[in-house]
Amino acid sequence: MARIALALGLWLALAGAAPIRLITQLSQARIEINTTFRGSEMLVFGAIQYPQGSVPDAPPDIAVVVRGPSAPVTVRQKARIAGIWVNATGVRFESVPGFYAVAATRPITQIADERTTAIYEIGIRNLQLSPASGADDGISRTFETGLIAARQKAGLFTERSDGVQITRGVLYAARIALPAAVPVGDYTAEIHLVRKGRVLASTSAPFVIDKSGFERWVYVMAQENSLAYGLAAVMAALAAGALAALVTRRRW
Amino acid sequence: MDIYLPIAEMSVNALLIILMGGAVGFLSGMFGVGGGFLTTPLLIFYGIPPAVAVASSATQITGSSVSGALAYWERGQVDLRMGGVLVAGGLVGAGLGQIVFSVLQDLGQIDVVISLIYVLFLSVIGGLMLRDALAALKAARAGQAPPARRSRHLPWVAALPWKMRFPGSGLYISPLAPLLLGAAVGILTVIMGIGGGFIMVPAMVYILGMRAQAVVGTSLFQIIFVTAATTMLHATASKSVDIVLALLLLLGGVTGAQLGVRAAQKLSPDRLRLGLAIVVLAVAGVLLIGLTLTPAEPFALFEGA
Repeated sequence: MARIALALGLWLALAGAAPIRLITQLSQARIEINTTFRGSEMLVFGAIQYPQGSVPDAPPDIAVVVRGPSAPVTVRQKARIAGIWVNATGVRFESVPGFYAVAATRPITQIADERTTAIYEIGIRNLQLSPASGADDGISRTFETGLIAARQKAGLFTERSDGVQITRGVLYAARIALPAAVPVGDYTAEIHLVRKGRVLASTSAPFVIDKSGFERWVYVMAQENSLAYGLAAVMAALAAGALAALVTRRRW
Repeated sequence: MDIYLPIAEMSVNALLIILMGGAVGFLSGMFGVGGGFLTTPLLIFYGIPPAVAVASSATQITGSSVSGALAYWERGQVDLRMGGVLVAGGLVGAGLGQIVFSVLQDLGQIDVVISLIYVLFLSVIGGLMLRDALAALKAARAGQAPPARRSRHLPWVAALPWKMRFPGSGLYISPLAPLLLGAAVGILTVIMGIGGGFIMVPAMVYILGMRAQAVVGTSLFQIIFVTAATTMLHATASKSVDIVLALLLLLGGVTGAQLGVRAAQKLSPDRLRLGLAIVVLAVAGVLLIGLTLTPAEPFALFEGA
């Protein structure tokens, strides 16, 4: 009897503490850049698994963060020297994602406080771009703003406060637009479940963007067999020119 | 029709690039210039990274110079000896230019320097051409014969040692002068993505004093080799040659050039020179405005280390 009671108590305790879980799926594990690539779309979708299957009346918030490969970027401010705009002082940022998109159920500031969103790097303003040491804090802020504005203009940094739809409190889906200028590399989609300002569950799924077919072949040739690639380029140009000469001579 | 360029890493409108090549080809067929000085700025205006624009433009010029050079070759208007010396100088210059190019790329100033050099050269050359063309037109209107072109080389060229005979060019001069000229143009070929014909041709006439018949053919001969070497340098060092972009430009360029040649036969040479001078000065003006106008984007990004 005591044993049964203990087991029951343990089960109750475990069930009560059982965490909310997120199940995630991506529409594609691999996005291929071919000759006709004009950008793409990634569908991030899945289900929220509640303990004991009890769906609450008010669904929680979901934030989807998709980020591309990070690389150092030097931001230079243009300055006028003798009437001409040149690239003057620069600040180097060590880890700038080549692509960063956030989709959420509500504006990020309403989902959680600044500290929480900063820890999970949810939101463009919360990205830790690691400016090179030695730069003045205020100055690197200005350059960071410039960097973010340039990336946003190129469609590489996006934030949508209505980007995640939740259906019946259980299913969630977000469409992330990938512009034609997306860099190739390893990407991750992170999904955070937030309730009352606290992140209760997180999961992530990787995907790859890579050149394929002819594009990939040309790129790999240019990188790895650059001498042969250069020769091929010269030969192709010569052949095109000679062909044109031949055709026109016949016309005359 | 959109095409993704594998090296420039961007999607472009293929039809627009072909038309761009065609328009430049038309002008080059009409005025007998390579047109690289138009292609590179146009590609940069379109949004192609400057390094890719310069490198791919050089590749395109190799192709577009071939048909012209072949035509002059058949008429015996290529001075091989002079061309060889110019090519040798050009290869040295291309090597030097590559070093300068890399340094500027590291400093993050390549786009500014490319524009500045363009403004400088285009205004000087355009100004000189405009002056010549206007003088010739004025003389023609007054019913006089056009002023005779000086066919003697400059005094300092005559003073250089180790003189050599160049029968095709009608010259007995030191090979040092064309060697230096070739090197100077070679540097510009790498940095600006131009064939350099619009600098080389006047220099051959006014500095070296070459026989006029051999000038254009020999210049085209030199351009083929130096732009080919430039393509190789850019392909191996900065890996910025976009073969797809170059071929698209060629496709439009060779067609446009034929139309340009036909259009040119209906116009007088002096009017053509006046037209070219105006085009050259207009490009310089647009670039100068771009350099001095307050930019819409106060920051520029440079990727990588």
